[in-house]
Amino acid sequence: MDAHTSSPARSVLEAPDIARVLTRIAHEIVERAKGADDVVLLGIPTRGVHLARRLAARLEEITDRAPGEVPVGSLDITMYRDDLRLRPARALARTEIPGDGIDGRLVVLVDDVLFSGRTIRAALDALGDIGRPRAVQLAVLVDRGHRELPIRADYVGKNLPTSLRETVKVQLTEEDGRDSVLLGLRETAPADGQ
Amino acid sequence: MSETNTTLLRGAKVLGGEPQDVLIEGERIAAVGTGLDAPAGATVIDAAGQILLPGLVDLHTHLREPGREDSETVLTGTKAAAVGGFTAVHAMANTFPVADTAGVVEQVWRLGKESGYCDVQPVGAVTVGLEGKKLAELGAMRDSAAGVRVFSDDGKCVDDAVIMRRALEYVKAFDGVIAQHAQEPRLTEGAQMNEGIVSAELGLGGWPAVAEESIVARDVLLAAHVGSRVHICHLSTAGSVEIVRWAKSKGWNVTAEVTPHHLLLTDELVRSYNPVYKVNPPLRTEADVMALREALADGTIDCVATDHAPHPHEDKDCEWGAAAMGMVGLETALSVVQHTMVDTGLLDWAGVADRMSHRPSVIGRLTGHGRPIAAGEPANLTLLDSAYRGVVNPAGFASRSRNTPYEGRELPGRVTHTFLRGRATVVDGKLA
Amino acid sequence: MKRHLISAADLSRDDAVLILDTAEELARLADRPIKKLPTLRGRTVVNLFFEDSTRTRISFEAAAKRLSADVINFSAKGSSVSKGESLKDTALTLEAMGADAVVIRHHSSGAPHRLATSGWIGGSVVNAGDGTHEHPTQALLDAFTMRRHLTSGTGQDLAGRRITIVGDILHSRVARSNVHLLATLGAEVTLVAPPTLVPFGVESWPCEVSYDLDAVVGKSDAVMMLRVQRERMNAAFFPTEREYARRYGLDGDRMARMPEHAIVMHPGPMNRGMEITAEVADSDRCTAVEQVTNGVSIRMAVLYLLLGGNESAVAAARTEESK
Repeated sequence: MDAHTSSPARSVLEAPDIARVLTRIAHEIVERAKGADDVVLLGIPTRGVHLARRLAARLEEITDRAPGEVPVGSLDITMYRDDLRLRPARALARTEIPGDGIDGRLVVLVDDVLFSGRTIRAALDALGDIGRPRAVQLAVLVDRGHRELPIRADYVGKNLPTSLRETVKVQLTEEDGRDSVLLGLRETAPADGQ
Repeated sequence: MSETNTTLLRGAKVLGGEPQDVLIEGERIAAVGTGLDAPAGATVIDAAGQILLPGLVDLHTHLREPGREDSETVLTGTKAAAVGGFTAVHAMANTFPVADTAGVVEQVWRLGKESGYCDVQPVGAVTVGLEGKKLAELGAMRDSAAGVRVFSDDGKCVDDAVIMRRALEYVKAFDGVIAQHAQEPRLTEGAQMNEGIVSAELGLGGWPAVAEESIVARDVLLAAHVGSRVHICHLSTAGSVEIVRWAKSKGWNVTAEVTPHHLLLTDELVRSYNPVYKVNPPLRTEADVMALREALADGTIDCVATDHAPHPHEDKDCEWGAAAMGMVGLETALSVVQHTMVDTGLLDWAGVADRMSHRPSVIGRLTGHGRPIAAGEPANLTLLDSAYRGVVNPAGFASRSRNTPYEGRELPGRVTHTFLRGRATVVDGKLA
Repeated sequence: MKRHLISAADLSRDDAVLILDTAEELARLADRPIKKLPTLRGRTVVNLFFEDSTRTRISFEAAAKRLSADVINFSAKGSSVSKGESLKDTALTLEAMGADAVVIRHHSSGAPHRLATSGWIGGSVVNAGDGTHEHPTQALLDAFTMRRHLTSGTGQDLAGRRITIVGDILHSRVARSNVHLLATLGAEVTLVAPPTLVPFGVESWPCEVSYDLDAVVGKSDAVMMLRVQRERMNAAFFPTEREYARRYGLDGDRMARMPEHAIVMHPGPMNRGMEITAEVADSDRCTAVEQVTNGVSIRMAVLYLLLGGNESAVAAARTEESK
């Protein structure tokens, strides 16, 4: 997500759209993972975690499993970022690996926006220190392009071609009180003294 | 400077009073009055607006020679004294070797004569090697060319009550005085700063006021008992002031000095852990500072003494615990006194002349200093531009050391001229 | 100002909670197969110890290594320091070697502050105990331990918790740091000691003082026992070990009068039979061993927050201006 967003921002996805694409992604996961029996969903904080939980609920519905049966957790990538020294050190978010771990499982990383790919690179490094999955896949709500690393998503809610001057902001009820994806314009370079 | 050494100071405010002309001829003041004519060949100095004081006298200076010439020598120390407006300083005895024999005090006295910037009156040690055990040859030092009248183990306390009593008694034979560094040693083991709220927070060993006050109380009682003179060095606490005030009310022969830094600085500064604020006795509290100012104003404290204590850079460029104690003070003393006593209305310039020239001369029994500014008197004079405001910059010090707590601080007043027996040692703020 | 941790008093409540929360996340690393993070790769942390303290030194060393920093241990013993090299020259040497952080333990109060403000080095300074001044990471690990036992954990402070610190307050850097930090976190602190071991000037501290352990022990959520050095007896701070232990030691009887949920803490090393009996030291209410474990997480959090970014995430050192 980008800082320094400025209004007016244009909504490109609303709550029903988000619900629809998450359901579609859940179906795709079941289809590609052949039942999703060994899937572990790991959300990348903050909003990726909420999306992972929503996806888990849908997977349970689709595959007729009880609530809580699809393992879902969170993976904080702060300590693995490659831009640590460009900003002040920041608070850590929770890493919560489901009890049975990730060894031999299909881990689906879940994030809200796929942009440069650096977050996912960090997440792959973090995963490597936690265990050895059978395979790792990536699900994102929005892919806005501009990759800086050879990374692509396996499941994409919406491809959103953007310019670098634009910002993409995902809002989720759990954090923001509403569901939407907003496209805005980045403020021109911050004025001196700001 | 003319051959006949004749100088006319025009329009100086003598002791801060009405502008007058002061004519110096040879070593003495020839005339004081208005509209004096300048004799042919006289140097005329426009002193309009400036304050004329008798040359300042310091009862407490560490010149460090012999032994610690890396921090100060008699020559550099007397230059610093002249820049600060002093015409006489008392050189403390804690040198290497200690000034506890006629030989060492005569050496210091001779070095002072050679420097020519300021009279140097050596102080003799009370006990051999400052060890507090055996009286030094006080009489021999008195009878030496240096003519020692003030004896002190300064840096250490004469803590043995019997030795102190004997010293007080012994110097009665030649009108000497014991200048006591009042510090009870057992109460100050490991002490690093004033014991109080700040020391508790900083975890630095506390130096309780009572360690000073208990010795002051004992020694005024001893001096009264044996009918001798005691002088309290660098008095630093409100409690000590009360004791001295009480002793004086009894008519006992007790005198006391206060340093400029104890009139201005407090232990709050130690929060920086900057060893430039490490000094013995330690910086005290605001309440102590105010009591000291008041006592100096009402005469309970007789005089200001600098306790000029030069240290080489490396002895202060370290952690607090490893640092040496002491501050240089000769070149800032008059400014600090103006700032704390005159600009606050506590003391007028005549009072400053009394506390920084007359009374220390009387205590030290100096005959040629601390005299009135009048025809026929020795021309030991200090001219001060009291309107000056400047930031203290130790790089410009005449002292060999730079350990001033006032670096970067704005202080008032600047000595423009100092005259030692008619001869200018400082001209326009610079060494002549 | 640069990024240093000199005094617990420099930490705001939010700083302190951030450190505790960060440590809480880092503590979970212990459950992972690879107990290491790449965060401080390429950074150099120097442990500069002018006093022996193997426990504190290895705790910082473990913390720095788990964050992938390079660690250099510089002990004053047997080095040029004991041959008269000054703190300044040692600092200049470390600076020349490219130290990103200096963890300093020094016998002189204020030495870390001096190191941080003198301009001798450009890196971060972490106070690992200076004289009788402060030991901020000890206070943080103590607060971390209390928070785990006495609150619901992450995000919480210690508001309203009653903490009693018993023993040689006068000479204790642990006590000084704890008083500051616990007050910042909202705890109510009571110091208990014989009057000879309470600092002159303590009235300005944000805490209560009692000379009577029995009067306080029943109202304490945590009782922290400080090590009392036997040599204090020779300096007349108390008459005998027996009398000290009887009046100010924690034994089974006193522990039994503590509230059920209350814990016993000790920064170590313990003087069994002096300030604490073996029965108490070995009971499951005593967190001494857990405090050691928590120390690594806290020191990781501190190193990460000071060194992990381009500027410190926690408070700067005290300056002359700000006191």
